[in-house]
Parts: sequence; C-alpha cells; structure tokens
Amino acid sequence: MTETSDALAQLRETGRFDLILAAIPYAQFLGLSVDVVDDDPITKLTGADGLIGNPVLPALHGGTVGALLESAAIFKLIWEIKSVAVPKTINITIDYLRSARVVDTYARATITKHGRRVANVQVRAWQQDETRPIAAAHAHFLLKATEF
Amino acid sequence: MTAFQGLIGKLFGAASPHTRRLGFEVVSVHNGVCVARLPYSRELIGDPTTGILHGGVVTTLLDTTGGAAVLSALGVPMPLATLDLRIDYLRPSAPGRDLMARVECYKKTRNIAFARGIAYDDQESDPVAAMAATYMLRTQAFRAPGTP
Repeated sequence: MTETSDALAQLRETGRFDLILAAIPYAQFLGLSVDVVDDDPITKLTGADGLIGNPVLPALHGGTVGALLESAAIFKLIWEIKSVAVPKTINITIDYLRSARVVDTYARATITKHGRRVANVQVRAWQQDETRPIAAAHAHFLLKATEF
Repeated sequence: MTAFQGLIGKLFGAASPHTRRLGFEVVSVHNGVCVARLPYSRELIGDPTTGILHGGVVTTLLDTTGGAAVLSALGVPMPLATLDLRIDYLRPSAPGRDLMARVECYKKTRNIAFARGIAYDDQESDPVAAMAATYMLRTQAFRAPGTP
C-alpha cells in the first residue's frame, strides 16, 4: 500500500474530503469543498471575486467552472471506486449552459460506466436550483495505470 | 502592437480578475491566432506528490486563449461566450515550467466561432493538451469595456 492508496481508503471510511483538499494547493486557490449528502459527494466552488472572468456581467471564469466539474468527477470516482491512485483525466468536454453568477456553485457527478481501466463520468453544475444547470460535462478517466 | 491587439490582451488579462490572479498574459495575437503564457505557480498544483499543475489550470488557459483568438479573428470588440470546450490531456506538464497555449480561430460564422489549439510547456511539437471549442458571438449580456 502506498501513502496515496492509504489516504484514499481512509477517505472512503471517514468522508473527510477536507483532509485531501487541504493537500491540493489548487483546490485551496479556487475554494473547493465537498459535502457527502446521502452517500453522494457534492463539490462546491465558493463564489468569490477572484474567480470572475468577465467583470462586466459579472460572471465566473469558464475555466473555474471547468475545474469544478473535473474535480467533482474525480471526487465521485474516489468515493465510489476502490482505486489505489487518483484517477487521471483523459479528456473532458464542457458545455456552458448559462452564465455563471458570482455565487456558490455546486456539482454532482454520475459514473456512467466504468471498466477496469477507464471510467466515463457525467457532471452537472448548478447555483440556486439543481434543475437549472449552468454547465455540464462528460469526461473519461484512467483508473489505475501510472502512464497512458 | 495595434490598439485592438492591446485591448484583447487587456480584456483577457489585466481586466479579468481571475486571469490577472493567475498571471495570464497574451504573448501575441494576430489574425485569429493567439499565443499566451500562464506562469507556473505552486498555488496551482493539482498533484502535491509531483508538483504537476491541476487540469483546471490548463482548461482556464485554453478557454481564455481561445476567446482572445476568436476576438482577433473578428477584428472588432464583441461580446463572446464559450459554448463548449473539449480538452484532451496528452501528457502531464513538467513541474516548474510555465504553460503556453496556441489557439487558432479557424472558422467564424454569423453566430458561432470555432477554435482549436494546444497547450505546451516546452516545444509546440510536444503538447501537454489539445483543445477544440466553440464560442457564441454577440451574446446579449456582455458589453466589452469602451463599446456602446
């Protein structure tokens, strides 16, 4: 067992995503947090002026919404699949559905399919109302190998 | 550099709180092709065991560089919004190296612009990521600074 696989196993036992997030500088930089609700990790991007891409609207930068969606997919995989390494993103396609206002944004992921090596995940992000998503994504992840 | 090229650099760089925070900088923008730089920073690390930047950083760089490329292809300031964005992660970026992006707007229609490009950390021939994106033109909600 490596340090990473121990940490992931411990996370699945305790639900303490905050411990993992504290170790990822970019998660701190963005302001990501995770709440496990009904056994489903919901990732939150806290609204902040430093995330604004378009100051005229104003709106969150699309890249920060993309980062939220990709992170939410990875957290879902870590939660659901007993992987010994953090899944690696192969690709992600992001659809921007509505302008993202500068408020808290949430994302929920669904594992569409996973095999031994690859998983397909769909993610939706919303702000006030989960039935009115502001962005959606689907992505492929490599589950265990250390190289593509 | 023309005044319009300067305006593009400002709109996507210093005038945007998030890209300013990242240190994003347009290196050149001309005839629908934009080259941009995002300096390496420890704050942007996604994998603390290796120091590799988070995928969200690559997404933000490519989305922003694509927007700048599209605006330069249009030749006039115009409100834009990313419609969708696909990123293929080709290899991990090298820890400690700045990320570069080169995105080309290769087709524009009345409503939509199409862009494709790469992110790299050394040679353009050895990219870190590839992107394809579409941008919606003349979105209502956005008014570029200095335009009626």
